[in-house]
Amino acid sequence: MAHDATALGAGLTPGLRGIGSDWAGDKQTFHVPWGKAMMWIFLLSDTFIFTCFLTGYMHVRASTRIPWPNPSEVFALSFGGEPIPLILIAIMTFILITSSGTMAMAVNMGYRGHRAKTASLMLMTAALGAMFVGMQAFEWTKLIIDEGVRPWSNPMGAPQFGAVFFMITGFHGLHVSIGVIYLTTVAMKVLRGDYKKRGYEIVEITGLYWHFVDLVWVFIFAFFYLW
Amino acid sequence: MAYAAIADRDQEHHLHDPQTFITKYIWSQDHKVIAIQYAMTAIAVGLFAMGLSIMMRLQLGFPDSFSLISPEEYYQYVTLHGMIMVIYLLTALFLGGFGNYLIPLMCGARDMVFPYMNMLSYWVYLLSVLVLMASFFIPDGPTGAGWTLYPPQAITSGTPGSGGGIVVMLVSLALFIVAFTMGGLNYVTTVLQARTRGMTLMRMPLSVWGIFVATILGLLAFPALLVAAVMMLLDRLIGTSFFMPEMLLMGVQSEHAGGSPILFQHLFWFFGHPEVYIVALPAFGMVSDILATHARRNIFGYRMMVWAIIAIGALSFVVWAHHMYVSGMNPYFGFFFATTTLIIAVPTALKVYNWVLTLWRGDLHLNVPMLFAIGFIFTFTHGGLTGLFLGNVTVDLPLSDTYFVVGHFHMVMGVSPVLVLFAAIYHWYPKITGRMFNDTLGKLHFWLTLLGTYSIYLPMHYLGFLGVPRRYYANGVTDFIPESVQTMNAGITIAALVVAASQMIFLFNMVWSLFKGEKASSNPWNATTLEWQTPETPPAHGNWGDKLPEVHRWAYDYSVPGEEHDFLPQTEPVHTGAIVHRDLEDFKE
Repeated sequence: MAHDATALGAGLTPGLRGIGSDWAGDKQTFHVPWGKAMMWIFLLSDTFIFTCFLTGYMHVRASTRIPWPNPSEVFALSFGGEPIPLILIAIMTFILITSSGTMAMAVNMGYRGHRAKTASLMLMTAALGAMFVGMQAFEWTKLIIDEGVRPWSNPMGAPQFGAVFFMITGFHGLHVSIGVIYLTTVAMKVLRGDYKKRGYEIVEITGLYWHFVDLVWVFIFAFFYLW
Repeated sequence: MAYAAIADRDQEHHLHDPQTFITKYIWSQDHKVIAIQYAMTAIAVGLFAMGLSIMMRLQLGFPDSFSLISPEEYYQYVTLHGMIMVIYLLTALFLGGFGNYLIPLMCGARDMVFPYMNMLSYWVYLLSVLVLMASFFIPDGPTGAGWTLYPPQAITSGTPGSGGGIVVMLVSLALFIVAFTMGGLNYVTTVLQARTRGMTLMRMPLSVWGIFVATILGLLAFPALLVAAVMMLLDRLIGTSFFMPEMLLMGVQSEHAGGSPILFQHLFWFFGHPEVYIVALPAFGMVSDILATHARRNIFGYRMMVWAIIAIGALSFVVWAHHMYVSGMNPYFGFFFATTTLIIAVPTALKVYNWVLTLWRGDLHLNVPMLFAIGFIFTFTHGGLTGLFLGNVTVDLPLSDTYFVVGHFHMVMGVSPVLVLFAAIYHWYPKITGRMFNDTLGKLHFWLTLLGTYSIYLPMHYLGFLGVPRRYYANGVTDFIPESVQTMNAGITIAALVVAASQMIFLFNMVWSLFKGEKASSNPWNATTLEWQTPETPPAHGNWGDKLPEVHRWAYDYSVPGEEHDFLPQTEPVHTGAIVHRDLEDFKE
């Protein structure tokens, strides 16, 4: 490093030290646009928010004296007779995972420069996201109106069940809704040709956020509905 | 996909130069203006919090002579004093103020990477301050739950401000976190991605390292506070029971049931302990630069200092429950957290040794910033040593609810960072304003502040050993508190009044020098770092004129043997035959 700084990139050091000096090099640490680096850092911070929510949920569930309701009964839906456990949530999860697929395709099309295809795939992702939020609204309505679950009380057991459920799914639903708006805005700008010069990294950045929201859902699903 | 770094792009891209007064000074996107806005707001709100502490001190020192505040108001002032000082002053001034000002200048960037978001960060911060201040104008006033806002008392009737005050407090905190996140993402991304040619991570001044790691801590710790605030708001407003157990309140069964107050404490301190280092790490970094500059010596063990900052940052996430020994926990947990707490003393002590070794045989220029920096080494060492007492479970239990904790905490997190802030303000004042401050007034300010704060907080440790409980409005007559305690309390109050008054000298100096101070040269301290090498002083919009600076060496080439001057700016190319510092040589192998 005593020699000129530009030589740093050229003279590659092998092994762990090499990785270290590569990261510590001048100008930039990661070879990505600013927006993408920032999105990654933001998502890391957001991960901590959801982790705290889920940890709080586990603590509350462990400390309450009143038994926790059985999720496969609470979240069952019956189509003409037999209740099917977790059917609604299974469909919702399927929809959200599918939307991650269309998002990945949008990123691919973006880098290939197909504007119309990119925008329509992004809008499709947004539509799937909106569908997810809609089904969540249906689920909330069912719990509130039909079963009388409230944030402060719950006929099926521990009152914290309602509190945690509405808080965590609400916070996640908020993320999905923001994502839908974000996706739609970027899709419109893609369609208008705003990124012709600047490149389509923004599609990938939007995608990062979207995949994150999906990933968080997987954890909420596992901890809330399967436990 | 390859992506050109900012320093490699054509320099043709122009920043939008602000034209009108409003875009230049009010809705400004320039990091320097935003930094000053942040600093002004933080200092104003800090002075207000100092006023609150004076009211409390008058009550404690002379309980029967004044009837300025009621017991309820005492609790409200305690709460607001703590919250404002820790979050709205220290966090905002270190990161929003100095982070904003120094990161682009020290890394050789033209601005933060997302200036618009940076501007929003300030305005949301201002909003959070205004919301907080609004709590003085609602019917039952601000919350009096103590700055830790522990439930259940924070939201049960009987605590002052449990009606509206606590809601306003939590909303204000949530806004602050939003503001901090917008700013913090900018700081981290700028340090990582927008450094100039030659500015490798291991050539960054320690100020940038401190601010950088502190910002990462903030981005990971504030989420816990946000979650705690959301849950408590739900408990308070719509009657959930996250934190509220079954209780009898004045003989009436409360409507809450089954919640866990300990959960709040865990969430709060998972934020609260890293918060200590969010404030301390920038202070560590800046004090390192100030000591090296005014001692005309390279910082001792630069790489060790960097790794110590990173290690402290990482460790700060696994020590939080040492704030909760008295809440009761499994002894193995107590053992774990006591161990990690004592381990964190190792990198911290290492930094103190390195500062002292930097001064050792240096050419000390005892000017105002240097005096404050040396003062910091003293107060920080004293505060740190009492931390070793409190880090041990068995010693902590009897001391926890006494003035010992007040003394320890104010020494390590009150006085120490504030001394660094003063050092930093004096040190960078010539660059920020283009004028020199008045030296005599600065020295007067230093001595009054240092000796004054010592006479406030050292006696508090003694009060703590006597068992004087903290948080009390008045001690009254008891068997276990000797009468002499009251004399000491009166003395502490007088010292506090002197310290408060001496801050007026500081304010006067700052304002007077702004207009009448001697014009400063661009590099009055003969410092090496980039911010002193700007073409204009104060730096113009865009910082560097036409061409970004190029960095050829680390930030600490002071008194290099065989050189003509006793300092070599980072922009100075390495010429043949020069003695290159060993730290840089290490990289070659």
